[in-house]
Amino acid sequence: MSTVTPEAAPDAEALQAQFDDVIARNERIEPRDWMPDGYRATLVRQIAQHAHSEIIGMQPEGNWITRAPSLRRKAILLAKVQDEAGHGLYLYSATETLGTSRDELTEKLLSGAQKYSSIFNYPTLSYADVGTIGWLVDGAAICNQVPLCRTSYGPYGRAMIRICKEESFHQRQGYELLMTMMQGTDAQREMVQESVDRFWWPALMMFGPPDADSPNTARSMAWGIKRNTNDDLRQRFVDMTVPQAQVLGVTLPDPQLRWNEERGAHDFGEPDWEEFMRVVKGNGPCNAQRVAHRRRAWEDGAWVREAATAYAARSAVLGASREGEER
Amino acid sequence: MSEIRAEWPLYEVFVRGKRGLNHVHVGSLHAADPETAVRNARDVYTRRNEGVSIWVVRSADITASSPDEKDPMFAPSGDKVYRHPTFYEIPDTVPHM
Amino acid sequence: MTTHESPTPAVATESTGVAHHPSHPAPNPSDAHGSVYDALLGGDPSHWAFGTDFEDPLAGVDTTIPQGVGGEDLGVYCLMLADDALIASHRLSEWSSNAPDLEDDIALSNIALDLLGQARLLLARAAAAHPALVPALPAGSPVPPEDALAFFRDDRAFRNVRLVETPNGDFAQTVVKLLLFSTARLALLERLRGSRDHVLAAVAAKGVKEVAYHRDYAARWFVTLAGGTEESRRRLVAGLDRMWPLRAELTTAHAVERRLAEAGVGVDPSTTEAEVDVVLDQVLAVAGLDRPERSPMTAVDGRLGRDGMHTEALSRILGEMQVVARAHPTGRW
Repeated sequence: MSTVTPEAAPDAEALQAQFDDVIARNERIEPRDWMPDGYRATLVRQIAQHAHSEIIGMQPEGNWITRAPSLRRKAILLAKVQDEAGHGLYLYSATETLGTSRDELTEKLLSGAQKYSSIFNYPTLSYADVGTIGWLVDGAAICNQVPLCRTSYGPYGRAMIRICKEESFHQRQGYELLMTMMQGTDAQREMVQESVDRFWWPALMMFGPPDADSPNTARSMAWGIKRNTNDDLRQRFVDMTVPQAQVLGVTLPDPQLRWNEERGAHDFGEPDWEEFMRVVKGNGPCNAQRVAHRRRAWEDGAWVREAATAYAARSAVLGASREGEER
Repeated sequence: MSEIRAEWPLYEVFVRGKRGLNHVHVGSLHAADPETAVRNARDVYTRRNEGVSIWVVRSADITASSPDEKDPMFAPSGDKVYRHPTFYEIPDTVPHM
Repeated sequence: MTTHESPTPAVATESTGVAHHPSHPAPNPSDAHGSVYDALLGGDPSHWAFGTDFEDPLAGVDTTIPQGVGGEDLGVYCLMLADDALIASHRLSEWSSNAPDLEDDIALSNIALDLLGQARLLLARAAAAHPALVPALPAGSPVPPEDALAFFRDDRAFRNVRLVETPNGDFAQTVVKLLLFSTARLALLERLRGSRDHVLAAVAAKGVKEVAYHRDYAARWFVTLAGGTEESRRRLVAGLDRMWPLRAELTTAHAVERRLAEAGVGVDPSTTEAEVDVVLDQVLAVAGLDRPERSPMTAVDGRLGRDGMHTEALSRILGEMQVVARAHPTGRW
């Protein structure tokens, strides 16, 4: 993209003041605005992690596409996993407006330099997991994502609006699947409960470590990149989910979970943060598998991407010479 | 032609939601050439019946106004309220206005 | 199937404050949280070019079985068209999270979804035309007939051509397979729009638009790979060689197809052969490739896919596809 620059560049202090002013007025920063390097780096890191999560997140559910037990569920699941590819694509596009390409980020994902949500390092072991991921994992993601629609960086916020709009079917399909299964056989009800037991704590971990242990939160909030603290969102998620579990007829596997009249919120137990850290550090059940899968797809596709580039270059040359002949 | 880069160039995608509306910018994507970009846009950005028409343009081909998107280019039009219909007070009793 | 914007008002908009809010209203699970986003958008959502309503392809279509055609013949004919779509869709869906880039991951899933939709309508039609085709399930099983046909039939009852069940191979082989399949299916569906069976005609009318896009997608990639790099051309030629022997079966008529064609309900695929050849020759010419000199794959004991005789791949596909459904014959999904 080229730019028409009519004026001499203002000095750094003025730029910083202008930036701060936009943030203070709760307006959006747009791609070609001046922004502090830290802001740009934080954004790229956060958006990339989010994009990677969408792309890696295709795998645990994709694991069941070919085994979906009804034609309707198969279509829903395939469409859902496809949406995740789309969401990853929207988000990678947002990072391109910050000058970082999809290829660069993919390399960083494959090398382990950038992370994705740890939840996807847990295996999917039954078809109920498709429902539980929709209900709990997408539910938790939604708590994280809705506030991001108002994030201070314009392209990120706009991508998030589109994503949230499309996500509005993901959680519902998951909950509906679980509700339907709960009306089925005893074996199906057991499958649902077992799945909820496995995913409850990892879902709570999705909001990240407790605020006291989350060093980046304050700065990200000051910049308007992040809109709520981890603990705040976790509390909101628990309060939303408890009544949903009651309607569903499943038990959330936390003996400390109870309504606290005084706080007007649920008290709940502490996730196993040691397990969380082990998974984050690469020792979860599926870390190696997920990255290897992505690497294989990426490397197996290299010759296709190269072929399309070569073909486009050749066609462009051909087209240009043909135009020349016509003149 | 310089060396072949495997990463496809970036295209900006504009979709007309339905007849009578403007094309609006919906996002971007990669494609090896413009025609493929239109096809990709159809798959990526109109999975839910979002559009009746698609435009794509190479991101690199866009020429933009000044970086901070304000002041000399746009401030002058900020005070010309008389260009806007709401500037003019007309009694509610006047029909068809 | 319809989806639409939720008319429910916003449940809650997020507070912008940094202050800790311990209490949040617990939303009713029946509330569309989509409404939260609606509130975020503000005034005019047309600025976003979001999606709109979907249409039921069978809305208002006369579902009575046309006169002069046997229910079993019609049912089996529907199975042939359905199974082609279902198994092709299965193979394409295997590309999900495995495609060369995100754009093509999404495109291949779209094609798989189109074919899955066709399969579902056609299986339902098969069951309606001849209920005896539907496998018996335990009393009280809530499994709908189209699902019973997809998930409880054994491989020998599947009527798809062998081409669609072959493993995907690399992207080039998938492109070749999709080109051969969609070219034949498009020629067939175009004629089927005139079927005396209104349901088949409606499914065909919807399918023509879908499969025309599939063919276009495959043909574009075919030409691109042919003119891309040495490696892509080599892979394309290899895929073409491997798939070509399975091509003839697409335009070989089964007795049921001939009878249905005579009754004005079905299409004899052999009547599409010339047109299919013209299209393939055009694509080959643009790609600068010759027709492979490969003979058609022989039948087994005189029987082809349409007779229920398959390659080794099909029972493996079904072993995977049917495993959950068969473990819960009275399950609800």
